[in-house]
Amino acid sequence: MIHAIAFYLFAFMVIASAVLVITSRNPVHSVLWLILAFFNAAGLMVLVGAEFIAMLLVIVYVGAVAVLFLFVVMMLDIDFAELRSGFVKNFPLGIAIAIVLLAELVLGAGAYKAGALKLGTPDGTATPLPGESNIESIGALLYGQYLFLFETAGIILLVAMVGAIALTYRGRKMQRPQNVTKQVRRRPEEAVVNTNPGVGQGIEL
Amino acid sequence: MDFQASLALIAPEILLSLSGLALLLVAAWVGDKASRLISILSCVALGGAFFLVAPAVCGGALGPDTMAFGGQFTADAFAGLAKLMIYAAAGAALVIAPAFFERFNMMRAEYPILVLFAALGMGIMVSATNLLTLYVGLELNSLAAYVLASFLRTDGRSAEAGLKYFVLGALASGILLFGMSLTYGFTGTTSFDGIRAALSGGMTTGALFGVTFMLAGLAFKISAVPFHMWTPDVYEGAPTPVTAFFASAPKVAAIALSARVALDAFGPQWLAWQQIVVFAAIASIVVGALGAIGQANIKRLLAYSSINNVGFILIGLAAATQAGASAMLVYLAIYVAMTVGSFVAVLMLKDAEGNYVEGIADLAGLSRTQPLLALCLAMMMFSLAGIPPLFGFWGKFVVFQAAVQADLVPLAALGIAASVIGAFYYIKIVKVMYFDEPAGTVTGKSDWAHWALLAISAVAVSPLGYLLTKWLGALADGAAAALFHAA
Repeated sequence: MIHAIAFYLFAFMVIASAVLVITSRNPVHSVLWLILAFFNAAGLMVLVGAEFIAMLLVIVYVGAVAVLFLFVVMMLDIDFAELRSGFVKNFPLGIAIAIVLLAELVLGAGAYKAGALKLGTPDGTATPLPGESNIESIGALLYGQYLFLFETAGIILLVAMVGAIALTYRGRKMQRPQNVTKQVRRRPEEAVVNTNPGVGQGIEL
Repeated sequence: MDFQASLALIAPEILLSLSGLALLLVAAWVGDKASRLISILSCVALGGAFFLVAPAVCGGALGPDTMAFGGQFTADAFAGLAKLMIYAAAGAALVIAPAFFERFNMMRAEYPILVLFAALGMGIMVSATNLLTLYVGLELNSLAAYVLASFLRTDGRSAEAGLKYFVLGALASGILLFGMSLTYGFTGTTSFDGIRAALSGGMTTGALFGVTFMLAGLAFKISAVPFHMWTPDVYEGAPTPVTAFFASAPKVAAIALSARVALDAFGPQWLAWQQIVVFAAIASIVVGALGAIGQANIKRLLAYSSINNVGFILIGLAAATQAGASAMLVYLAIYVAMTVGSFVAVLMLKDAEGNYVEGIADLAGLSRTQPLLALCLAMMMFSLAGIPPLFGFWGKFVVFQAAVQADLVPLAALGIAASVIGAFYYIKIVKVMYFDEPAGTVTGKSDWAHWALLAISAVAVSPLGYLLTKWLGALADGAAAALFHAA
């Protein structure tokens, strides 16, 4: 019972916040709705017993990507005074979302304690391994069966990095760094010249 | 298959990746001063990998003993022969590069390392017996290639070539991935053996869509018509040594990969993809031949020439027989020699100040100013056209023979007719070099490394090359047998 309630709550929230991502006029609001959508998707993952993927979703998408999005969005030209002016008006909505999140946390934790949701597979072969956590299973696959591909993927990332640097790094030729020794060793006679120009004549340096 | 046996089978890949990583550290600490040293060491690494692969090719390795990592990777004779060509072509691209980039003061230590990693990726591509391995190898090669195309970063044309290659290559990867996901969805497995077993009962519509999209994505990579649009622009804009590399090694890798996908994974269902390959072959031959006629830049002309040649190679694949696969490999080997030779000759066309000359009009009267260079270039052109005393004829001959044996007589006839059109523009270059008034532009000297490479290619495509036919034929037959062993 708690499974069904939690599932429909998470699923409804994912869809509702996804709709709000594309309908809200303010890009900052869009990104915030996007974070809520990711968060609920993570909840769905918890329900099916894939807690590792749920954590990844929260850490990678919510933690890194969405915050990066927010930074980009903040660089856009947005009138923040106007945004803040709606604080009192939007306060109830904020409280409502906070309550929903709290309820989701409680429900999700409860449903997770009650065991994973049974997912029907077409031929019923994909039964979960008892007594083994997600991370162990994924690690055994990545560093065992798919070791070769995993290492090759690492080389691909290295090549991408080498390429990006090779194409964009311009070296230090354009910079003029401070040379402290040169500055300290400089003597007055190198820098100061005494001249006595005649009246009406310019000086040549 | 235990872990150590798997590691022994990927010894060439391990050698290449470790030397790539070590040389990257050298490049990071010593800087661009070391780029010549790194080029030489990269050549040594490629040579080492060459000799690690050679025994499997000569011994005609096949069967389950060549499978590593639970069937994700194979080191059979087919992959081995393709790797030999790839390593040789990559080595040539390293030899000709320093002189070119130093001219623009742009020789940097990353070039040999990227070529090394591209060769590694291509080796993984031709050894792939799993959709995941296929994609990983392809992306490793492609990423290195995008960077190499725009390596001359101060040059607008080079940057444009890199960007075009990147955008279209990403699109092609997307199409390929779409096909792969459909294939996986309708067969339930990513391994080629599994796909073949799943389709043994007959082709499903979903799998048909899958193979069509996969072949479309691969056709981008081998620049077969109708997915060839990027080729002339990228080949013209990319630095010439990189163009030489693009026209040789990645072509071998992508064609060998397409052959393995078509003949291994979808081998029993060859009727499903044969008409696609037949169309691509005819269209490539015709478009390559007609498109080249109006070109004024020799690199663009060679780009159309490579489209044209891919068409002939695809005739061998369209036959869907062991003889066809063998003929395809023979043609590929000859094509690599001709392409490397042509581009080395193009790199040797320099004016008095040492600037590189690319216009066909500038070649006028080359036979009187630089007779030896003109002779070599003329040999390459006659060989590409398939004129009998030269070795290029043999490649076309075996391919057409395989097509006729597979009852594809109309395809062979169309191919022969279109190769006559192709001969027109190849011979036009010979005419410009031998019968036009000297333009006097091309007077610059080249170093011994270029001459040595040109001499090797010229000897290979000369009638002396026919001494190799028996040996090359035996190697190609062994490789094709390995490809058909499972099917």
